[in-house]
Amino acid sequence: MDAMTLLTVFVLSVFVGFEVVAKVSSTLHTPLMSGANAIHGIILVGAVIVAGQAEDVWVLIAALLAVLLATVNLVGGFVVTDRMLEMFAGRKPAAKSEATK
Amino acid sequence: MNVLSPEWTAGLYLLAAVCFILALKGLSSPKSARRGNLIGAVGAVIAMVVVFLSTELDNIPLILATIVVGSAIAAPVSRRVKMTQMPQLVALFNGVGGGAAAIVALLELAHVDGPWSGLAVAFTILVGAVSFSGSCITFAKLQELMTTRPVTFPGQQVVMGLVLLAALASGAWLVVSGDFIAAIILLALGLLGGVLLVLPVGGADVPIVISLLNAFTGLTVAASGLVLGNVLLLVAGTLVGASGTILTRAMASAMGRSVSGIIFGAFKGGSTAGSTAVSDRPVKSGSAEDIAILLGYAQRVIVVPGYGLAVAQAQHTMAELATTLEGKGIEVVFGIHPVAGRMPGHMNVLLAEANVPYEVLQEMDEVNPKFKTTDVVLVVGANDVVNPAAKTSPGSPIYGMPILEVSSASQVVFLKRSMRPGFAGIENELLFEPTTTLLFGDAKESLTKVLSAVKAL
Repeated sequence: MDAMTLLTVFVLSVFVGFEVVAKVSSTLHTPLMSGANAIHGIILVGAVIVAGQAEDVWVLIAALLAVLLATVNLVGGFVVTDRMLEMFAGRKPAAKSEATK
Repeated sequence: MNVLSPEWTAGLYLLAAVCFILALKGLSSPKSARRGNLIGAVGAVIAMVVVFLSTELDNIPLILATIVVGSAIAAPVSRRVKMTQMPQLVALFNGVGGGAAAIVALLELAHVDGPWSGLAVAFTILVGAVSFSGSCITFAKLQELMTTRPVTFPGQQVVMGLVLLAALASGAWLVVSGDFIAAIILLALGLLGGVLLVLPVGGADVPIVISLLNAFTGLTVAASGLVLGNVLLLVAGTLVGASGTILTRAMASAMGRSVSGIIFGAFKGGSTAGSTAVSDRPVKSGSAEDIAILLGYAQRVIVVPGYGLAVAQAQHTMAELATTLEGKGIEVVFGIHPVAGRMPGHMNVLLAEANVPYEVLQEMDEVNPKFKTTDVVLVVGANDVVNPAAKTSPGSPIYGMPILEVSSASQVVFLKRSMRPGFAGIENELLFEPTTTLLFGDAKESLTKVLSAVKAL
């Protein structure tokens, strides 16, 4: 892909990133941070590519270390975020019953 | 395997990217948050399947085995971690992500063609390393493996400046020559820089730095996307970089701080940060029975919970005390500060876990006007969020942070373990007020004693 296309994608992504979290309440700051954290674990794709093209054993070892770290970031990030959000979901019925009283 | 055509590959990567956008979008509202997170995870799974089906890869069994091992490490840890330890786990996950990006960039050196991808590689190695070592320090601070106070030493700014200059020089060397030695030097300087960046950040500011490092890691992933020509990495990384920047600023403003003030604040004079001195000024302390009498004859009680309550696992005892008081016709509400706990919004997560009923929790703006007409405020394991220094002393590290105005109530009761200052490392003038009574001890034990004394009234 040529440089100009990549630059276009980059600039548009910056704007999308700013827009999607523009008005987030402080209650959700922690889960949102954790969710964004999980998303950058997608570096796993890059780690898998370099590991799959490694010819030297040392390169392979380093690449597999990257695969391991990225997997921990990706899997752990999504699981932790889900656990936090599970708790928010649990208390919503209580809030509703309060509102209807 | 090369099963997927380039068109299908690009299309599926686009789908994964859309999943990530929807994930972030969903996370900005409580209603859609959990579904959003699941959509994000689905996007990640799609991306992983695509990379295996669209790229010629060797070593596939080894790679798959490593992914299985990584998942086997990450999932149980994430499932079992205590909610109180959530912030340090987020820091750790961010750090390993940064580390992975730095390693990938190092190995990408072989694929570099032209100065732009060289620059992207240099950027990723440096910032990924900063993110890795910086996150490790924030982890150590939050886990209390080291002091949570700002760590400064003479000439810190000079050292920092020299490291930055050396990093720029070796980065330039790397871009020009593509030399592996230059990359290793850059990596080492990045690791050192991350440590130096986070050491002077203290106490309550640490979570904001995690958010900032999170944004950094996002940008390194975007840069990796540029080098590998992978649009998904570019989009996902940029999204995290941009949203992380916004989140960092939002968190900082919730605490009344500026981002530069947080990172460079400890260097400026006049700050009381770093003080660990325990004052020997007289305070009034009472017994559990005294507190029970105060509470039992009040009309309105506001409870201000802090991290200490959650650490002592005293939420259930606290909830029972509240119910008992309500049984006596006393109005009890909980006042929740937005940054109570170790991260913005953390206290809401902690109390939700402990099944404290939602209807008794009130946000700061809602509860602040009520303190004037409140007989007793019961502060349990919180300190910084009620410290009037945030309003009155411009030199204080928490100056400008909105606080719960407990001092306007008739009586204030502090349940504290000791006179040690709170997370931000500053003394609270409220402790020395004549209307303040202290009850020393573990929050759970103290509350159990108060509860039985109230029942005996």
